[in-house]
This record gives sequence, structure tokens and C-alpha cells, in this order.
Amino acid sequence: MSKPPPQSMFAAELVRPAVRDAFVKLDPRVQARNPVMFVTFVGALLTSVLAGLHLNGFAAAVSVWLWFTVLFANFAEALAEGRGKAQAATLRKMRSDVSARRLVDGKEDRVPSGQLRKGDLVVCEAGDPIPADGDIVEGVASVDESAVTGESAPVVREAGGDRSAVTGGTRVLSDRVVIKVAADPGEGFLDRMISLVEGAERRKTPNELALHILLVALTLVFLLAVVTLMPTAAYAGLHLDVSIAVALLVCLIPTTIGGLLSAIGIAGMDRLIRKNVLALSGRAVEAAGDVDVLLLDKTGTITLGNRMATEFIPAPGVTAEALADAAQLASIADDTPEGRSIAVLAKTFGYRARDVEPAHVTFVPFTAATRMSGCDWHGRQLRKGAADAVRRHVLALGGGVPQAVDAAVNAVGDLGGTPLVVADDARILGVIRLTDVVKGGIRERFERFRAMGIRTVMITGDNPRTAAVIAREAGVDDFIAEATPEMKLARIRDEQGKGHMVAMTGDGTNDAPALAQADVGVAMGTGTQAAREAGNMVDLDSNPTKLLEVVEVGKQLLMTRGTLTTFSVANDVSKYFAILPALFVTVFPGMAALNVMRLATPQSAILSAVIFNAVIIVVLIPLALRGVAYRALGAPALLRRNVLVYGVGGLVAPFIGIKLVDLCLVTLGLV
Amino acid sequence: MDANGWFQIWSFAAIVLAFAFPVGLWLHRVMEEHDAPVGGALRRAEVLGYRLIGVDPSREMSFREYTGSVLTFSAVGLIFTFVVLRFQSHLPFNPQGFGDLSWHLALNTAVSFTTNTNWQSYAGESTLSYFSQAVGLVFHNFTSAAVGLAVAMAVARGLTRVDRAGTLGNFWRDLLRAHLYVFLPLSFVYALVLVTGGTPQTWSAYVHARTLEGADQLLAVGPVASQVAIKMLGTNGGGFFNANAAHPFEDPSPWINLVQMVSIFLIPAGLVHTYGRMSRNVKNGYAILGSMFGLFLVLTGACYAAEAGWLGGLGNWEGKESRFGMAASSLFAGVTTSASCGAVNGMHDSFTPLGGLIPAVNILLGEVVFGGVGAGLYGVLVMVVLSVFLAGLMVGRTPELLGKKIEVREMTLAAVYILVFPIFVLIPAGSASVADWGVSSLNNAGPHGWTELLYAFTSATGNNGSAFAGLNANTPWYDTLLAISMFFGRFAMMVPALAIAGNLAAKRAVAPGPGTFPTDGALFTGLLASVIVIVGALTFFPVLALGPIAEHVSLATRY
Repeated sequence: MSKPPPQSMFAAELVRPAVRDAFVKLDPRVQARNPVMFVTFVGALLTSVLAGLHLNGFAAAVSVWLWFTVLFANFAEALAEGRGKAQAATLRKMRSDVSARRLVDGKEDRVPSGQLRKGDLVVCEAGDPIPADGDIVEGVASVDESAVTGESAPVVREAGGDRSAVTGGTRVLSDRVVIKVAADPGEGFLDRMISLVEGAERRKTPNELALHILLVALTLVFLLAVVTLMPTAAYAGLHLDVSIAVALLVCLIPTTIGGLLSAIGIAGMDRLIRKNVLALSGRAVEAAGDVDVLLLDKTGTITLGNRMATEFIPAPGVTAEALADAAQLASIADDTPEGRSIAVLAKTFGYRARDVEPAHVTFVPFTAATRMSGCDWHGRQLRKGAADAVRRHVLALGGGVPQAVDAAVNAVGDLGGTPLVVADDARILGVIRLTDVVKGGIRERFERFRAMGIRTVMITGDNPRTAAVIAREAGVDDFIAEATPEMKLARIRDEQGKGHMVAMTGDGTNDAPALAQADVGVAMGTGTQAAREAGNMVDLDSNPTKLLEVVEVGKQLLMTRGTLTTFSVANDVSKYFAILPALFVTVFPGMAALNVMRLATPQSAILSAVIFNAVIIVVLIPLALRGVAYRALGAPALLRRNVLVYGVGGLVAPFIGIKLVDLCLVTLGLV
Repeated sequence: MDANGWFQIWSFAAIVLAFAFPVGLWLHRVMEEHDAPVGGALRRAEVLGYRLIGVDPSREMSFREYTGSVLTFSAVGLIFTFVVLRFQSHLPFNPQGFGDLSWHLALNTAVSFTTNTNWQSYAGESTLSYFSQAVGLVFHNFTSAAVGLAVAMAVARGLTRVDRAGTLGNFWRDLLRAHLYVFLPLSFVYALVLVTGGTPQTWSAYVHARTLEGADQLLAVGPVASQVAIKMLGTNGGGFFNANAAHPFEDPSPWINLVQMVSIFLIPAGLVHTYGRMSRNVKNGYAILGSMFGLFLVLTGACYAAEAGWLGGLGNWEGKESRFGMAASSLFAGVTTSASCGAVNGMHDSFTPLGGLIPAVNILLGEVVFGGVGAGLYGVLVMVVLSVFLAGLMVGRTPELLGKKIEVREMTLAAVYILVFPIFVLIPAGSASVADWGVSSLNNAGPHGWTELLYAFTSATGNNGSAFAGLNANTPWYDTLLAISMFFGRFAMMVPALAIAGNLAAKRAVAPGPGTFPTDGALFTGLLASVIVIVGALTFFPVLALGPIAEHVSLATRY
């Protein structure tokens, strides 16, 4: 798994603006968006006023720490937003208005890119920035897309087919193309990307909202509990100070998760962005955590893009060396990866690349009609190609095909390889085995996914026999052979009908319906406009394996929310044991027995709980931003682990933490 | 504390567990199957019933329709009872010439019986005419329990159905079947069992008796057995005699005492098994039963330990049913408060502070540890929704229950549900604690008085109906506020539960896999129990600290 570049979360250039933003976010309108922190905010205001009115040092200390609680939560959010903001600033520089060469009735006029509308035609030549998103309708060009993808190697874009899409803000490096604009100003890919990374468009995602409602309910419950405690205490003959009541309230409401919730969501999106995946909605990231079926294209995802020669199987009476020699000569001008791999395999027999005298050699390139390639070498016709094509070739020359060769051809096919037959004039020398090479580590990866309950389905154009062999080798659960785009769509519908959540990747226009139908559709950044619009995520690296990381990020995001909520609620037990004895001990001296932490004084008990409550937010910021450690375990094992760490941990940790704060306060002589 | 006591508690649990299975099967058959499994007269009565009320029993109802029917039916019953009580002096069968009830007492009593609470602010013998008792109140014993059972079935259907139609069944069919196949036959048989145990069932006059000392005594008798049967089965709790199950005629022997306790849990425990069957995995039901039994045994054990261990093992015998012993009284207190029944055979007011804390905690947990008939199941299912929400997140999936996604709407409704207890317990109790009208009704000052006050509103909101005693509740303020708590404690929890079910009934169910969090194992049992405790106990810890806990620490420092 590729790790994001080691970029410190607490780098000074991120922390400094975050500290400033923490204060900016004290705006009540910002606070009101988060009811849990808003209650804390109001509590801080209230205690400040009371401290001022009564010149009460204790109330002042409480209010200072309540303000810290609010600031810490603001800081967490600002820090999470920081990286996105920095990235957005870079992107925005590229979006700056450029002048575009618009084609109107075959004539060029220069207009600012901001005036381009959907359907306009523009011309770009080498060195021109592409003014807007669109599709190339004429010509072919190499394009520098590093601004969007971070990948410095230029890519080729051409009219027609699946490589026609271009993105505004990138730059044409060579040639001349005509582009049909596909997006109005402000709606382009770069604009969407900026608002996504910046979080401007950020709305609460469905699950975040649901959790928020639970937190609001808990806040209301504790608000009721504390407010009604005031008359009840009065009945018991105890005057409950408002600032103490506020302190109790803030300690009980789920400030830890309330303060970190939005940071967790932003950080989740950010983790995807750092993997160069843009989620077009937060809902998609959450859905990724639920995915239990992955539809993966074989080529490029499960296997390396190209087949490799792995074995020479000589015909009867032919030595392996002779076959290797002929195969190498037949591939000498073959620049395809397969051809090169044959040359590489031949080298193991000791043949170095030969100096080829053009006078004695005529190259015969591959054509769709002959389905063979090779060369005429000193009058010998050396050919390699598909078994039936070579058979026809040697029969025409009066030769024959030995039975053993036929058997070898079938055997190679049965094992998932592709047989190439080599002929020297009318004589068949043997068979080259080309095999799909399954990517390293992919099998282990699928095993992890299986443990998490995710099934993998391989999609391939190969025949069922070949597909079955690769499927077995890669360890996928199922495969679709001789697949068409319609079959993909049908399979997705079928899985969804059975109650599964499906993720897939795609790049072509004919993938678009399936991308739209899938619960998580990751479009390749190099894909067509149609594919990019149909999916709900775009992978700028165009690496189909990324789907696996997307699922992990989704799960991690949900887990972080769940565990911190559990931690936050579990904390309440210890806070009761800190604060309640402190409150009631004056009226009921026996309550001292409940002071299990042996906190020094009632005042230090309350203050310690409030300080712990504030500090724990800062302590947990790295966890919230990084996400809880993810492990590929089944649900019960995962839950047991998380309940143990965050539930039981959340129960125990604050007892220790509050006691430590109390010891500090006593040592410093503050209470 | 002795081995005998623990043996009683454990064997009670074993008996309930043994009964839960067949009762659950029976409930599933009579409430879920298209044609009722009983032929003959009952079946004919059912068909006749549909014709009489003019409903098509096969017509499925949406959440709105079902809820509308429940509320309409309950409202009619409530208003009818209110009118009967308010104007009883103008109605027949009033030989003692009792006057009309005050508006607040009539309201309190009507709400109390409609909501399956059976809180009694009055003394029946000196307030209500025969007509009021027989026509105004008795039917609620059956109907309020049947409504609870119907709603529980509807909620369970919403969670378990996979047809995405969004329907919850037919209320009138559920109501009728609950009467015909569950409450009427069961209470009939049960009453006969009670009679064989010595409980009177007669219409004859009170019995004159001459005691050994030669004094004259008038022994009150009447149709006791039939009333006791339904008060237990329907978790109503309103006894025939004022002393309730502490009266030897209501609860004549240890065996009958055991039968009564089992009968309180009979339907609530059986219903959980029914739910398990409806979810196509009986283990879902066992997991919930596990949480219920776990919490029940821990809490009841704590109560017994507190009572029997009082004063270094001397035991606190005040207010106990001394015929049956310490364990039986503690057990009865645990059963009646966790099941929202409210019948008592000991005086909770006289328990030790910590022993008396347990009945209050039982109710504050939301009456979901078995709980009232139906109310216990739909309540615990809301807790299940909350549990899977947290559990789902912790395993990295958006939460789901039986494959259905728990989203914003479900959480909003669950939030409403969990707010009901704090609102209707804490606000009125807190107000009463500082108001003249509130404090003047208290017989005790200090923490004990507060416990009595808190217990009254807890019992009302939990639709339990047991009283801690020591509180004169028949005042305009208390009658009205308790009526409000009872009303919302019933319907403000029932409607969100139905709404959650209605939502889920329309949802696509995703297939379970190794990545889904299972709701059928010990892990879920533990999680559900923790959520129940957190939702219930965390909220009320401060006010309980000022009541029983303060009393305990104060006594502990004194002795």
C-alpha cells in the first residue's frame, strides 16, 4: 500500500494559521452550527460574566478552561481544513483567467476564458493553457496534466475514443487541437476540485448528521439533568453555584467527539485527496466503508498491463536453443511489451541482441489480417503469431503441424496463458508461453478484503478458461469472462438487488452507466468526461488498485467517529466520580466515600475534570486527523478490539488523567 | 444473604427462560400467521369481531394509519373512563353514593389505566362506585396490554420485513387477536390456578369471621383471582386489595407468589423470542434476552444483597413479605419494577437506601429490562437501534439493523425516544422539589423525601404504577403532572418507536457478511446492556446521588 508522503500534521505552516482560525471561529454564527460546542461556548460566556460580576477566582479559572475547550475544538477543525486550503490556493493560481482562442465559424477570436460557454470550440497549440474542461474534437496533442494529477510525465490526448477529455488549467505541450468546451465557467473540474479540497461545499454527510443528532440528544439529556439538579440541590439544602453547574454540564456533554467530529470528516476527505482521489461527495466516502463487492478490471488492476513470455516449448526434434534463437529473431523489430519480453527470455539462453544488417533483413510487422509478425532473415521466413494463423501459414508453404505442438498450444491455453507459435519457413519450431503476470501482493490484499467481508469480482475480456486460471492465481472470489460493459451493469444491478454495495472503477464512456449505477464509482482521471461525471470519485493517478485504499479510508472514517463517540461517552463515568462528591460533600459528608480518586479539594476536583475535558481534545487531534489504526479483521473481532481500547479505555483513562491534573494543581499550589 | 435466597432468584430466572420459548412460539403463531391456529369458537369470535367493527383484517396499514388507529382507540378509552369517573354520581350501581371524582383525579385515573400504568391516587374502596370499577376501569387491564402487544408486533414487523412495502400490519386485527388468543384464555386459565392456590373468586358478600381471641372480623372477598390474573399478565399492577400482592388473598402461598412473578415476565420475555423468530434468526432474540437477564440478575441480586446484608447480615425486615422471605420480596421488587407491572408484595419505601435504589433504577433504565407487555419489546428495540449505530460505526460501516441502514430519520426518532424519560421525570420532579405544592405532599424530609418524589414521577413516566409510598399524590398539581408524565411516557415513546419501524419497513435490506456487525452473539448482548445502562443511568446519576445514595452514605456514617 502506498503511504502518503510524510508530511507532518503539526507542521508550523499549518499550525500557525490554524491557531489564528481557532479564534476567528469564535464567531457565534460559526459556533451555532455545532450545538455541542455551542453549549460549551454559551457556558464559557456565562461563567466569564459571573466571574467578572462576583470577582470569583474559581469561576474565572473554570471559564478560562471552558474557553480553551472551545478553542481546542476550533483548532482541530482549522487544522484539518488547513491542508486543503493550502492545496486550494495552489489550484486557484492555475485557474487564473487566460485568454482563449475561440473558433467561431472557422475564425479565431481571443476571449478571456471566463466568457467561454458550454459547446464553444477553442483552439490550443503547443504552449497554450487549456482554458476550460472539454473534449478534443480534432487533432492529437501531448498534455501536461501535472497541475491536476501531480504526475509530471505528459499524457497523450486525442480526438475520439476514451482519451479525448482535457481539463481546464492543464497545458498543451505539442501539436494543435480543437477542443469543445464541456463546462461553463465556475463549474469546471478544477473549480469543483478547489471547492472540494477547501471544504467550501462541505455539507454534513448523512452519517455525520445522524451521529450529530445523537450528540445533540445527549447534550439535551445532560442539559436537563444539570438544570433540574439545581432545584433538587436546593431542596437538599445546597446552593449550587451556576459556574459549577456549567462546569458539570460541559464535562458531561460529549465535547470530545462534538469538538472533533467535523475535523474527522474533513481529515477523511483529505486522506483521500492525498491519495490523489477526489470524492465528489462525502456520502461516497461513507458508502466506500460499506462496500462488500468490488468489481475489478483484470488488466492493470489484478495483472500487470502486459503479458510476458515465460517459457519456450520446443516442437519434437527442435532444441530449446533453436526455438529461442528463432523467437528472438522474429521479435527483433517487435516493440510491443510482449515482443520485448520474448527477447528478454531468449537472453537467458545466451543470445545477445544482434546487430542486424538491414540488407539481409526485411521486417514483417503485425497486421490484423495476418495476425503474425517476424522477419525475413537471410531468406528464411521467421514468423510468430496466433496458433491458427501460423498453422495456415505453414500449411500454405506445404508444411505440417506436429501433434505435440497442438497439444502444447492447448495446454498453454488451459493454464491461462496465451500460446504464440514460432515457424521457420514451413517448419514449426515450437510454442512461446505468454502469461498474465499477477501483481505482487494482490493475493494477500484480496485475502485481507475477504476477512473484512468484501468479495472481489474480476472482469476480463478473456475466455472463461483463461479467466478461471488467473482468477485462481490472483485469489479473486468470482470472475466475469468475455465481459461487455452491459454485463458489468447487469452484474452491479444483480448484486445490489441481493443487498450488496458495489464499487467499481472505469474510464471509458461505455463504463459510464455502470459507474453511475455502482454505489462507489471511481472514474480514472484519464477517463472521458462522461466517465468522470458518472462516477462519484475521480482517481487522478488513474490507478485502479486505489479502489482498495478508498474502501479502507471510508471504513477508517466511520470507525474514528464511532470509537471517539464511545470514548467520549465512557468518560462521563469518571467525571461523575470527580464532580458529584465535590458538589454534595458539604451537605452529605458521607459522599467523600465516592471520591475514589482522592482528589485534593472539591475545587480542584471540579477544575481537574474541566481541564482534563479540554486537554483530551488536543490529545486526540492526531487520532482524529490520522484516523484510528485500521486492521483487516472481521466485524466481531474489530468491535471487540475497539470496545476494549476506546470503551474500557475511555472508562479508565480519565480516572488517571483527572488524578494527574489534580496532582499538578496541588503541586503548583493553585488550589 | 443465604444460598436459599440465591437459589430462589436463579431458579426463578431459569423458569422464565424455559417459558419464554413456548410463549414466544405461541405469540408468533397467533399474531403473525395469516389464519389463526385455533379453530372453533375462538376463530368464529374473531371473524364476528371483524364484522362488528367493520374492518378488513388483511388490509395492511402504513405507519400513519397504524399510529392513528392506536391513538384513536386509546383516546376513546381515555375519554370514556374520564366521563364515567367524573359523573359517577349520576350513573347506576353506586349504592354507597360516592360523589363525582374531581377533574384532576378523574384525569389522573383515566390516563393511568389507559397507559397500562395503573397508578392509583385514590383508595378504591372509598372513592369508586361498582359501575366505575367494573365499566370504567376493568377493561383497560385487557385493552392497554393488548395495545402494547399490538404495537410491539407492529414495530417488530417494521424491523424484520423485507418486502419494502412500509406496512406494519393491521391494528384492529392485532388488537382483537391479542384479546382472543392471548389475554382472555391465559387469564382464564391463570385465574383457575390462583383459585386452586387459595385466592378467592366469588360474587358473594364479605365474610364474617370470629378470631381466636373472639373478636369479630369482616373479611373482604370478591372476584380476586380474575383481577390478579390480568394485573400480572398484562403488567398492569392494580391489585384487588389496597395491599396488593402483600394481601394473603391475592398472594396466598409461596408457590402462587412464584407463579405470579413468572406470569409478570411471561409475555415480555416470550415476545423477545417472537421477535427473534420474526427476524429469521432466533439468536437475535436470545441476544436481547441475554442483556435483559444479565441486567435483571445483577440489579435484583444487588437489591437482595442490600436488603439481606443490612446491618452486617442482620437483614432489613421492615416492609418485607415475611411469609415468603427476604429473597422473595427482593425478587418481587425487581420483577415488578423491571417489567413495568407495579404490583408489590413489599413496601419499597421501607427498603434500605440502596435496596430501594434498585426499583427506581429498574424503571429509569426505560422499562426495557423485560418491560411492560409490548412496551418492553418496542423499547428495547429502540435501544438495539442505538446500539447498532455505535457498533456499526466502530466496525467501519454505516450502521444497519438486520441489513437496514440506520440514518438521520431513525436517529432523530430514537433521540426523541430517549429524551422522554429525562423530560417527564426530571422537570416535574425538580419543580416539585422546590414548590410548596410539591413539598407539602411529602411525609419525609431530606433525601428520603426526594426519593419518594422522584420515584412517583419515575413510576408514572415508566408506566409502572408502583408507589414508593409516603407521598400524598391526590392533589391537583400531582394528579395533573403525573397524568402528563404517564401520558407522554406511553405515547411519546410508542409513536417514535412505530415511526422508526415504519421507516425501516420501507428500506432495502443489505445482505449480511463477515463485515456486518452481528446482532446475535454475546458481544451484542454486552453492548446492548451497556447502552441501556448508559442511556438510563448516566442521566439520572446526579439526582439519584441526592436521593438514595445520599441517604445511604449518611446512614453508613451514622451506623
